Amino acid sequence: MIIGEQKPLKEIISNLEGHETILVAGCRSCVAICLAGGEKEVGIMAESLRLHSDINDLGWEIAETTVERQCESEWVLELAPLVEEADCVLSMACGVGAQTVQALFPDTRVIPGLNTSNMGAPEEQGMWSEKCGGCGDCVLHLTGGICPIARCAKSLLNGPCGGSQDGMCEIDPDTPCAWDEIFQSLKRLGRLDLMEEVIPPKSWIPSRNGGPRKIVKESAVLTEEEKHTKEGLD
Amino acid sequence: MKAGSNIEKLFDRGEFVVTGEIGPPMSSDASPVREHARFLKGYADAFNLTDNQTAIVRMSSLASAVVCLEEGVEPVMQMTCRDRNRIAMQSDLLGASALGVRNLLCIAGDHQTFGNQRESKNVYDLDSIQQLMVLSRMRDEGKVWGDNDLDEAPKVYLGAAANPFADPFEFRVTRLAKKVKAGADFIQTQAIFDMDRFERWMAEVTSRGLHERTHIMAGLVPLKSVGAARYMKNRVSGMIVPDQLVDRMKAAEDPKEEGIRICVEQIEHLLTIEGVHGVHIMPVAWEKKLPEIVERAGLLPRPTP
Repeated sequence: MIIGEQKPLKEIISNLEGHETILVAGCRSCVAICLAGGEKEVGIMAESLRLHSDINDLGWEIAETTVERQCESEWVLELAPLVEEADCVLSMACGVGAQTVQALFPDTRVIPGLNTSNMGAPEEQGMWSEKCGGCGDCVLHLTGGICPIARCAKSLLNGPCGGSQDGMCEIDPDTPCAWDEIFQSLKRLGRLDLMEEVIPPKSWIPSRNGGPRKIVKESAVLTEEEKHTKEGLD
Repeated sequence: MKAGSNIEKLFDRGEFVVTGEIGPPMSSDASPVREHARFLKGYADAFNLTDNQTAIVRMSSLASAVVCLEEGVEPVMQMTCRDRNRIAMQSDLLGASALGVRNLLCIAGDHQTFGNQRESKNVYDLDSIQQLMVLSRMRDEGKVWGDNDLDEAPKVYLGAAANPFADPFEFRVTRLAKKVKAGADFIQTQAIFDMDRFERWMAEVTSRGLHERTHIMAGLVPLKSVGAARYMKNRVSGMIVPDQLVDRMKAAEDPKEEGIRICVEQIEHLLTIEGVHGVHIMPVAWEKKLPEIVERAGLLPRPTP
């Protein structure tokens, strides 16, 4: 899932300057799970903005809504009547959601309410960790199911650097060394032979270094005729 | 002969090689490098020029290496993976070779969060093992990565670092083997304080025959004070400083002299360990002591390459 966290309220308020009718739009997917932009957080944000407006006599009108998935136009289109009433949308979704809203409503300014951080998983209640670097060329089969791109501070591919000590990374005593974890995992799996392999320079073309990525699954793409039929059905 | 550097010639002859280290200044004035080079000339066979060590911005290792060449001192140019992608690495190697730099040390580099540019973005397009692969291929096959032919291949003797004191210990020799396979002609280790652990590591190195495929240089940092010992024990990642060494420094009447004495004893001991082909002495901010250490260890005069 995508992990994000709310921007500081002060920063959000500063970014909202010049707007008066604000739609706070949340998302029920990833950002709800990481307690950053779901229905509950949207409610708290909307109330905080109303309070701020009242205290400072700003006259803001704050509306609130939460869609199922802010990254998919099918859901975001439902926002149309509310967006029409607003001069700005405060998106409480990830950066993908915020951009989807902006793309569908190009005449209304979208302000991000969250900082989108990473692709990760809940570690324990209230704690989320990055797991995948989205490099576009997965190596988990070589690394004991642990991603060195995302989880090693140097994205190394050939084992732990000289800063790995007692299982921890040199950058921070609370950060596990991903390569120590990989070593322990491969040892458990009886595949330490994989630690001997020299992994050659990686192609970063499928990573973001190749520009914005686009995946096309030909079999799923509709033909012009099919699109026409679908529109007709809609 | 791969590059014809002094240290390559000496290793090939079976000499015990000594390298030192010069930290480039936080300055556009090269005179500190020049002065160190003049003062240290003849006391080691080559000197490492560190590459923005601890991620603090300093004069580049390439420029500093050229200053050493001007002073008739052989440089070992350090090159981190932190600040360069494969384009810059290959380009800098061509430039360094053109200017006469014949030794290059491939290293990952200290993470940028340690230094004075914490907000910077690191590169790590390659790791140090891949860096060795790319640069040794340039030299050996005259090709840049991806197959284009070079008009003239770089002449370079390639080094790498090894840290017997990092974890997991059982992987440390495997990592060395990977570096050797990737093209490391010589190895400089992390500073040794825990000699027992170093010897355990070396025993595995020799049992795998790696000492015959690369030249291992044992890293040493002379201790200036008990504070320095404690600092390295507690604050420097990837280092092990045994308590007995801290206690010895604490009990010493003249800690500076004690630090030098320890370093000399370490060298004398290292000379007896199979597979150790040299020492890399890093008197951090204490360069002036290098001649005394080398002399007291009986390593003078340095042989002519």
